Amino acid sequence: MADVVLKIEDLGISFGGLHAVEHLNLEVKEKQIYGLVGPNGAGKTTVFNMLTGVYQPTTGTFSLYGETLNGKTQEAINHKGIARTFQNIRLFTNMSVIRNVMVGLHNQPEFKCDPFSSMLRLPKYYKTENAMRARAKEILDIFGLLEERNSLSSNLPYGKQRKLEIARAMATNPKLLLLDEPAAGMNPNETAELMDIIRFIRDEFNISVLLIEHDMKFVSGLCDEITVLNFGTTLAQGDAQTALNDPEVIRAYIGG
Amino acid sequence: MNIILDGLGLGAIYALIALGYTMVYGIAKLLNFAHGDIIMVGAYAILTMLNMTGNPWLAVIVSVVVCTAAGIIIERFAYRPLRSASPLAVLITAIGVSYFLQSLAQLIFGAKSRPVTLPALGNITIFGASFSVATIVTLVVGAIIMAALTLFVNFTRTGRAMQAVSEDKGAAQLMGINVNRIIMITFAIGSALAAFASLFYLMQIPATSPTLGSMPGIKAFTAAVIGGIGSIPGAMIGGVLLGLIEKICLSIPVLSAYTTAIEFGLLILILLVKPIGLLGKKRRVKV
Amino acid sequence: MEYIKNIKKSYKLKYNITYYIIIAIVAVMSVMSLTGDLKRSTMGLLARIAYSIIMALSLNLVVGFLGELSLGHGGFMCVGAYIGCFCANYLHNVIGSPLLVLIIAMVIGGISAAFFGFIIGLPALRLKGDYLAIVTLAFGEIVRNIFKNLPWFGGAMGLSTVTYSSNSLFIVGFVVVLLVLFLSQNLIRSKHGRAVTAIRDNEIAAKAMGINVTFYKLLIFVISAAFAGVAGVIYGHFTTPVMYSFFSYNYSIEVLVMVVLGGMASLNGSIIAATLITVVNFLLQDNLSGDLAALRLLIYALILIVVVLFNNSPAFKPIREKYSFHKLLEKLSSHRKPGTVTDDKADWNKIESKIPMDEVLSVDFRTEEATPASDFTEKEDNDNG
Repeated sequence: MADVVLKIEDLGISFGGLHAVEHLNLEVKEKQIYGLVGPNGAGKTTVFNMLTGVYQPTTGTFSLYGETLNGKTQEAINHKGIARTFQNIRLFTNMSVIRNVMVGLHNQPEFKCDPFSSMLRLPKYYKTENAMRARAKEILDIFGLLEERNSLSSNLPYGKQRKLEIARAMATNPKLLLLDEPAAGMNPNETAELMDIIRFIRDEFNISVLLIEHDMKFVSGLCDEITVLNFGTTLAQGDAQTALNDPEVIRAYIGG
Repeated sequence: MNIILDGLGLGAIYALIALGYTMVYGIAKLLNFAHGDIIMVGAYAILTMLNMTGNPWLAVIVSVVVCTAAGIIIERFAYRPLRSASPLAVLITAIGVSYFLQSLAQLIFGAKSRPVTLPALGNITIFGASFSVATIVTLVVGAIIMAALTLFVNFTRTGRAMQAVSEDKGAAQLMGINVNRIIMITFAIGSALAAFASLFYLMQIPATSPTLGSMPGIKAFTAAVIGGIGSIPGAMIGGVLLGLIEKICLSIPVLSAYTTAIEFGLLILILLVKPIGLLGKKRRVKV
Repeated sequence: MEYIKNIKKSYKLKYNITYYIIIAIVAVMSVMSLTGDLKRSTMGLLARIAYSIIMALSLNLVVGFLGELSLGHGGFMCVGAYIGCFCANYLHNVIGSPLLVLIIAMVIGGISAAFFGFIIGLPALRLKGDYLAIVTLAFGEIVRNIFKNLPWFGGAMGLSTVTYSSNSLFIVGFVVVLLVLFLSQNLIRSKHGRAVTAIRDNEIAAKAMGINVTFYKLLIFVISAAFAGVAGVIYGHFTTPVMYSFFSYNYSIEVLVMVVLGGMASLNGSIIAATLITVVNFLLQDNLSGDLAALRLLIYALILIVVVLFNNSPAFKPIREKYSFHKLLEKLSSHRKPGTVTDDKADWNKIESKIPMDEVLSVDFRTEEATPASDFTEKEDNDNG
């Protein structure tokens, strides 16, 4: 059996008495694409926010490769190997496409350069900058964004902005990638392409993916396993077909 | 005893100004840097009316009208176009407006401080101690205004609309509240309060200059922050607290020269220890 | 050898035209001053331009690149001026060369201002937007209040200093300008500069990318304070006595006007605007006496309001797009493809992190107890099924 990458145990958070997420247990295994589904307000983004250190869980723990990460800062969690994208795209809008990716490369050990070497333009500065640029180009090439590398990130069409956000997250060299509604606002062609990209980066970078999505075709076509949330509680868990056909899940979506 | 009373009097002035800051901040989410200068506008209005008519009551009424109008005009032309702009842009504009009012006053009235002769109120002796009537009037009227404001915000339709706008502008708009109108009313009320503040200020220090408003303005903002910005009772408590501290520091010879440093030091301290102020509400970051 | 190639590449004329223009102007002025063709007042003006440019560059690092407002930059300049010149007064007895004294004083002034930047920045940078602005303003007032009352620094009379012979102060001043420009530009064009602009553009995303936000905010704050301190030392060698009243809130605003007029996050713009405003000040000083001096302030106020309104109000958008200065530049310069981004550009409308003003802290409330239930609904309101 494959190694467990992310292990969430009894994770929960409440805001002033309201239990946004309760008793969440799930395991993302190596090279797995895991889906988190549920109707609006089910607490999916809240789970992401806890996993990236934005919110502090009130109960439970989560760990990456056995290392407990709750209580760590957002920066520290990223350094440990969790990267994410956002539901409402958050690019660095005043920067070019390539610079967005270079920010993602910022903390990679091979691109170390102290501020003073940079300010004085010592040889290390040029070495780092050139290496970062080259690496960023490689990453952009994977995502098919190399042509647009010098245009302003906010001038990209919507689908490409989503892709750039994933590229930027991949630049931080994560072990686990969290995608918050990656296919939102994409047309069917783009969605199909995105599915290929996600599979490709899983194989190319050897990572696991945890994603939130509403598009059921997308989820059942891509995810190895899913968890369905409703009002913060787990409704069903397992492989996509079984979980989505669970009567509880159907009731939550259709009502009744 | 007199120091405490003086402190309370000064505190009431700060509280009145701080209310203007806090209401505008709570509702329009902008730091109205020019609010302090509205006090200066009020002071010059009083001065001008006194010189023209000699009637102090008329002077006060005109001052309230002028300040309210100034507040509305500033909101309409400087802040409303920036409703969706970055906060930094709004802040810089607010600084520009503040500067504009100051230099305009200097052009019209001159940089020199001009005496304002309000009718003397003298002193009153209660239980053998002598108190300044001006201070007592400040305290009483200040308390009445603040009580009225609290009632207004909590128990009138407009007041509740204000609360709704401060909670969530978008949702309030969807509920049929005219957000622009509410923000304008807020500015009007805040500026009217500033007019009263300028009257009380002149009762304590009977002279006006173009920079009259900037120091009390900054200090009142300090008071608003100490009390918790956006909170009306917080602004009152913060104002009174700051007034007391200022008067007490001034009465101690070793500290008196450093009063400003102490007050601002307190501000920094409070922001660091309890950044949301004494009565402030904290909000969650949206991701 | 690759290093030399890299240097050659990065110092091509077209990327660094500012350096060369400044060097050319200063060289001409220096020659004129040596031959005695330059008026004393012009040389004084040049020295003033030098420290104004340094202040504007320094503030632009904080306002333009970091996206935080500092209203107490005069305070850092004040610290540099007082402490640097105080040391210079002693050093003059020990060291014969005034140039060496000036250099040492600038180092001391810069370091002491940087120290204050660190002390004030460490806690203050937890705060956001308006709150940070107000704390820096408070800091500026505190510094003035303290220097005014400390007897060692001359108290209310100001600190009397030995002024540098003004016919060559401007040369030193402009060498420092070039140095400051060099350092800031290099910083901005490095990975650290990208991290800083990333924080400005979207702090939440920057954190999620693992950027140490506190470190970078503090770094920029400290560097900027150091530059302001150096500017203070130059000022102190230009005028005597060094008066606490000079570094008032009004002066901090004047520097802000330079930054806003020159353009957020545009170092070249800051240089041009600082020069322009200093020259205008100089010309108006003699021509506007008494209360008319307020006209100058009125102009600044209008510049602030008009520039910000023009750049940010939706009403001016069509005009802005039609007659944008950058578009014009793109047309004029062939090496810049249209739509290409440069370092020296920040469009505030594009900054998505329109920080809700009630978001007081840049750190999250992780350590505090949970919030009222009503806040919960806000979080997922972008969920669209």
